[in-house]
Amino acid sequence: MLAPLLRIEEGIEERIGEKGVPDESAAVLVEGLVKSFDPKKPPALKNLTARIEGGRITGLVGPDGAGKTTLLRLLCGLLLPDEGRISVLGLDAVTQAEAVHARVGYMPQKFGLYEDLTVMENMTLQADLRGVSPKDRESRYGELLDFTGLGPFRKRLAGRLSGGMKQKLGLACTLLARPPALFLDEPGVGVDPVARRELWRMLRDLLTPRRIIVWSTAYLDEAGACDSVLLLNEGELLFDGPPGDLSMRAKGRVFLIDGGGARRRSLIVPLMEKTQTLDAVVQGGSVRVLTRDGGEEIFSGSGLGAFSEKLSMTLSCRAAAPRFEDAFMDILGGARPGNPAVAEFFDLKPPGEETVRAERLVKRFGAFVAVDDVSFSIRRGEVFGLLGPNGAGKSTTFRMMCGLLAPSSGNCSIVGLDFRVAPGAARSRLGYMAQKFSLYGELSVRQNLDFFSGVYGLRGKARREKTEQVIAAFDLARYLKSPARSLPLGFKQRLALGCAVMHGPDVLFLDEPTSGVDPVTRREFWTCINSVALRGVTVMVTTHFMDEAEYCDRVALVYKGRLAASGSPDDLKAAAADPSNPNPTLEDAFIRLIEEADRGGI
Amino acid sequence: MRGGRRLFALVKKEGLQIVRDPSSIIIAFVLPLALLFLFGYGISLDAKDIRLGIALEDEGWEARDLTAAFLGSPYFRPLVSPARRELFPRVVGGDLKGVLVIPHGFSAALRSGQPGRAAQVQLATDGAFPNTGSMVQNYALGLISQWADGGSTGGESVSVESRYWYNSELESRYSLLPGIMAMIMALIGTMLTSLVVAREWERGTMEALLSTPVSALEILLGKLIPYYLLAIFSAFFSLGVAVGFMGIPFRGSLFMFFCVGSLFMLSALGQGLIISTAAKNQYIASFAALLSAFLPAALLSGFIFEIDSMPPFQRFIAAMLPARYLVACLQTLFLAGDVWGVLIPNMLKLTAFGVFLLGVTLRKTSKRLF
Repeated sequence: MLAPLLRIEEGIEERIGEKGVPDESAAVLVEGLVKSFDPKKPPALKNLTARIEGGRITGLVGPDGAGKTTLLRLLCGLLLPDEGRISVLGLDAVTQAEAVHARVGYMPQKFGLYEDLTVMENMTLQADLRGVSPKDRESRYGELLDFTGLGPFRKRLAGRLSGGMKQKLGLACTLLARPPALFLDEPGVGVDPVARRELWRMLRDLLTPRRIIVWSTAYLDEAGACDSVLLLNEGELLFDGPPGDLSMRAKGRVFLIDGGGARRRSLIVPLMEKTQTLDAVVQGGSVRVLTRDGGEEIFSGSGLGAFSEKLSMTLSCRAAAPRFEDAFMDILGGARPGNPAVAEFFDLKPPGEETVRAERLVKRFGAFVAVDDVSFSIRRGEVFGLLGPNGAGKSTTFRMMCGLLAPSSGNCSIVGLDFRVAPGAARSRLGYMAQKFSLYGELSVRQNLDFFSGVYGLRGKARREKTEQVIAAFDLARYLKSPARSLPLGFKQRLALGCAVMHGPDVLFLDEPTSGVDPVTRREFWTCINSVALRGVTVMVTTHFMDEAEYCDRVALVYKGRLAASGSPDDLKAAAADPSNPNPTLEDAFIRLIEEADRGGI
Repeated sequence: MRGGRRLFALVKKEGLQIVRDPSSIIIAFVLPLALLFLFGYGISLDAKDIRLGIALEDEGWEARDLTAAFLGSPYFRPLVSPARRELFPRVVGGDLKGVLVIPHGFSAALRSGQPGRAAQVQLATDGAFPNTGSMVQNYALGLISQWADGGSTGGESVSVESRYWYNSELESRYSLLPGIMAMIMALIGTMLTSLVVAREWERGTMEALLSTPVSALEILLGKLIPYYLLAIFSAFFSLGVAVGFMGIPFRGSLFMFFCVGSLFMLSALGQGLIISTAAKNQYIASFAALLSAFLPAALLSGFIFEIDSMPPFQRFIAAMLPARYLVACLQTLFLAGDVWGVLIPNMLKLTAFGVFLLGVTLRKTSKRLF
């Protein structure tokens, strides 16, 4: 199926070559690029110089706000640069924007599809707009529909397609005119891991020796799959080259520390206190540590022995293969040490007791069963991750557990309080932090705190005391008078968390707390979460990030409304291991589980 | 050649979206129906069966004859009582819209027939509802003077103000229809257009569109043509309902109706597209369109409130509104016919507005995001 497409894709390139265009025509060049939207803020892109070659997939990698979308829009001639030069396939993106549009296939975020048009209508519209000749058209539709597997859905409205299918349709539309350059803006967002992997396969098939493919992403684990990477952070280019080269920066400095068991979370703070440590995170049953140059000494032999003794644990250490994220942390200068004061905010409660219980939860919306017979229980002090593709029923489950949605049947309870019997009492024992922080951006930090303390029913002296405690624990004192929207991202998250735990809840619900956040800020946030969990608070979190899932004690995979699997990240990985892939990642494990579930016909 | 194909593709796409999006159909066809019936029947500025109290304190037959005239009128449903104090509380209670007092001595004064000593009646209306109040007053005065003229007594013997200007039942509906059409066309041209462009921004389809070889002019025409056609369809649809179903006369020509509507759409669409170049989300776009097009078309175009009786500032704003010239043209077409002396100056003004607003839009449109 794919071979003829590839031949045709190559055919166009030979024709380009025949015209005898100079060599620069096969690349994207950016020189001294500056783009600023607001003179009061630092520019979105600061003096960027890079060269993107054809014949490889180039990853444009960085957290939200790094400047990825701005760069892609500049490359397409949709924005004008303040300074610098952009050349796309030998064409100037400013003065020859029309010619650039004719040669570039650009898929914006949200795929740029008309949802009330059918698959075929979307394709026909794009073919008309992109000047695909009528005689060429029918065969082109056929090829692309075969290629994307959308053939059976020609007459379906684009709005009724799943995330993965929308993305494929978006890609098919941009491919219609066989563009020599493909720019894809975060195509992996909102798409389940299986569909994401399929898209990667498709892009590999589309990669001809001269075609330029740029894939932007905030998922650092996707960077490893690219041939070349441009790593952006706050408008600056931190790295340009093969991702393996970047990971090698951290070679010999990454270790996994085993033996912490259930108390491994408590290792993070003492590890970060060591000057040699750049980064320490929970990874499954171990703790992953990144050290400075020469830091390996403290983790070999006597160094680790003394450390073990001090914490009265028997720790062992093994070297680990460096990941892209390790190197990114290295460039950013390592994690900032956490603030242990957060822990003092909570009364210490002994772990073990069951705090969250879901029994045979079912949620129906009309004829559609969003959640089908889901049961689990979480103990005090446990960090429990809920994972799954969009539309799998993850958010619905989560909302039922927070008491925001009543189950159609089944029970859910918090600290033994059933939502059906005592909804108010159950809610008063939980804290909830919504996606995209539900703060009032126009109010100052203090006003937000005052508001939430009032919402939780705190009055008078207790209210003042609690507010002061949150300010101290989350280190908010210097921002008290600033409006919440102007805070740096890390402080916004702290404030949101502070507001969610004001009343000292037993259970904390976090809905995709660190989507698109840079790794340093994510570490800061998880340092807080670790401290909270160590004090005996149960944490339930939904996430798309596989490495974030590894911070959890246990994870549950929700797929098509059911619990496809649950267990510790290490167990799930071990279960997915086979001779062809002896060390699967958590994502490998999930893809395998989803494929098994699909075969099993649930 | 290619440009034509692209433009056709854009128009077709927009057409499909209009057909599939229920909100466009509601605005273009259901809303006109609702407004026509609301203004046509519900908010008629005329009334029937007004509850009026009559305090018949005089015993003479003239007084009874006047009361009988009220009882026989289709406009009133009187409640007759011998004493006014029984009736006033019912005005306060909202039961009666007013009270006519025929005081003791009314018949005697009438019979004496002296010019300086006219018979007097007293009319009290509910000031809480000024419109209804003035209506009651006008109808009552009309009826009294009619009675006095046609009665056996002399014409000048009842002292009532001889204003007599109540509408015949249908007239308010006649004069409302042009205004309704102006509102609908402003709604489609300005609000719907700015909303659909804002929706393209919100859903990211505009970004995708701008990155294709399509030109800015094609994108603009791709919006103008379908919504122009939709508005013209809707205007003819409203006309059909008004003439065919509600029996409202139309004395002008259909061709002039088409010309006037088309000229107005130039400025309405121009306004909508200007809003959408500035407002890239539907919320802001809808408010901008509501405040700059729909409400002015409803309030300041002269179909509900007379422009000549407005303060100078409001009159100035009204003069800047294309809708008011449309209303003037349509009123002429409905009530009088193709009166060139009225149509031509107003159509010239509409053309000037349209050329100006579309010119601004063209200048502001580029193929960049910001």
